[in-house]
Amino acid sequence: MTATMSRRAWLELLAVAPSLAQDALVAGFVYNGPKNDLGYNQAHAEGKQALKPVPYVRAFDEANVPETVAVEESMRNMIHQDGARVIFATSYGFLDPFVLRVARENPAVQFFHCGGSYRDGTDPPNVGIYFGFIDEVEYLAGMTAGLATRTGRMGFVAAKAIPQVLRNINSFMLGARSVNPAVTMRVVFTGDWVLPVREAEASSSLADQGVDVLTGHTGSPRVIVQVAERRGIFATGYQFNQSVLAPRGFLTGAEWAWGLVYRRYAELIHAGKSVALGTIPRRMTGTLKDEFCRLSPFGPAVTPEKRNAIANAKQRLLNGSQAVYRGPLRDNTGKIAVPAGSTIGIEDPVLDQMNWLLEGIQGDVRA
Amino acid sequence: VIGETSSASRFDATLVQITALAGAVTAFALFCACVGASPMGVFASIYKAGFGSWYSWQNSLLRAAPLMLCGLATAIPARAGIITVGNEGAFVVGGLAAAAAGLATASGPAWLCLWIMGLAGGVAGGAWIACAAGLQHYRGVNAVISSLLLNYIGIALLLQLVEGPMRDPGSLNFPATYPLPETHQLGHIPGSRVHYGLVFGITACLLTWFILERSVWGMKVKTVGGNPRAAKLVGLPLGRIILTASFLGGACGGLAGMVEVAAIHGRASQAISAGYGYVGILVAFLARQSPVRVLVVSLLLGAVLASGGILQRDHELPDSTITVFEGIAFLSILASEALTGRFTLRRALGTVTREGANAKS
Repeated sequence: MTATMSRRAWLELLAVAPSLAQDALVAGFVYNGPKNDLGYNQAHAEGKQALKPVPYVRAFDEANVPETVAVEESMRNMIHQDGARVIFATSYGFLDPFVLRVARENPAVQFFHCGGSYRDGTDPPNVGIYFGFIDEVEYLAGMTAGLATRTGRMGFVAAKAIPQVLRNINSFMLGARSVNPAVTMRVVFTGDWVLPVREAEASSSLADQGVDVLTGHTGSPRVIVQVAERRGIFATGYQFNQSVLAPRGFLTGAEWAWGLVYRRYAELIHAGKSVALGTIPRRMTGTLKDEFCRLSPFGPAVTPEKRNAIANAKQRLLNGSQAVYRGPLRDNTGKIAVPAGSTIGIEDPVLDQMNWLLEGIQGDVRA
Repeated sequence: VIGETSSASRFDATLVQITALAGAVTAFALFCACVGASPMGVFASIYKAGFGSWYSWQNSLLRAAPLMLCGLATAIPARAGIITVGNEGAFVVGGLAAAAAGLATASGPAWLCLWIMGLAGGVAGGAWIACAAGLQHYRGVNAVISSLLLNYIGIALLLQLVEGPMRDPGSLNFPATYPLPETHQLGHIPGSRVHYGLVFGITACLLTWFILERSVWGMKVKTVGGNPRAAKLVGLPLGRIILTASFLGGACGGLAGMVEVAAIHGRASQAISAGYGYVGILVAFLARQSPVRVLVVSLLLGAVLASGGILQRDHELPDSTITVFEGIAFLSILASEALTGRFTLRRALGTVTREGANAKS
């Protein structure tokens, strides 16, 4: 045993040396949280896993990297110690000033950041932005919830009242109301992305108030789904497939599908393209149609007829005969949010200024 | 005779400690094997990340600098007989005081501003640890417990101030104080990306060694630490010596906080509490409270800390792997401290020969 161990150990030792094929595309990923959060970070980590079968890519990652100078150190180490030629910075707070600073130091390395905005003329040219629009998937998840609820009351646990979250709350409610016009929803804001205790309290209190579908938008809605299962009510997930947490009550969820995005970047870079030269678009965005995001597998409570209805709605969203934000829409203070006869496409930047909640939602955006 | 026994017991203690470290390394290797990584590969990666190239050396030195100062924060009071673990608290309040002082004097020349920052950080950290020492000496409150709790108070104070009165309204996602002007930040040693904190750390270690081993006051400190009753009998001012030694230790921790603010972050925020203080406790115990060994151990642990990322990248180990290693090392060192003098081969042999000699006579 010792002989084989030591031989393997020495081989391992040799393998540590940078003995890589010259044309290998070395990619480093940094996540803000743990890789197994069943949420935002795991969605990215799973995306990175999709690069594994690509022969010309070597990808590695670091998890739990705080949004401080620590991320600069991680990125520099990836570049200097592992020879990374492309960095994927997956958390919103990594961009300014950390990614921008390291990108200026390393003009030959390409940096891609999830979300955020790039300032032309100010920011280094080797930085690109990617993100997805998940409103349509939330709409379909909302439909599933609207079809499932018996009390006609749903609960949404949200991190912050910022446009990205409000879009998900409203599109979920729009989907639910499209099949169940009388449905109402109560929203609780917890104040931050990862507050499991407060998320559990909010979920329990919503269950006490008689909601029978729970969902949320936090770093990972794992606690929300767990509480729902324990209380015997339905849940829909977000960020990542949470069906394992609620074998009885899980309906579906809106989840990210970053694997395709990372594969696409890898192909472009392998073909010699670069964001600095303009041969890779500065912003790479996508929707349900582009498969940046998808519905989680349906749970046992969703009958075949309901699945059909949702599949049909998905088809209509994809061919444009149905839209998420189609007027007239009123907010919960009675004001017109989207006027009659107008439709807002989900890639329209005006949605990133959203500051209202749809009628039928109990909650306050100033909370 | 005294010299002989002390060198003999020192030899024993060193032997026990080396055994403890070897045990810790073996346990860590087992851990690596259990989570599916090759132990040899992991150690090779730690070496590569710590000392494999000039770039890696700089990484290690960057981390060694605060560790030296934080190690002294435990080591100096320990020589006067006070065990404190308040390093993180001293570090944080030192950084906070330095940031406040720096922002208040930012309109002045850079050198003056940095001096005031260093002074503020040192005084804040020193007072922090002196509190714990004073509580033990005058009120009988165990300094291990009180200084540990002071860490939480220090961190809470930092969060309260950077999210409240000292907050820069522009720091939206990550509450922080206003930044220091770049001209007023602690620069890099020419030709490297290592900041001058390393010079502070090395100087502090050597100076402490000189004071403890070559000065009358150092002798007094060691007397107080070694045998407080004897020290009292010969008329040494116990309280003053304990408080001064604790203040000096805390000042080192506070200075480390100042360096973190002035050289790394340029502002105070939650990010300055990155755990250097806690690792400093490990440094001091591994170094058996000797300032010169603090220097060496800091460099080694700096390299270990610098390898946290590479273990994730090259071996797909969890990000807490380095913390596991620190924990194992600390536990085995503590265990070895408890066992020192109990199972010593030398003493056992010595007793046998003496008995043999007695029997002959």
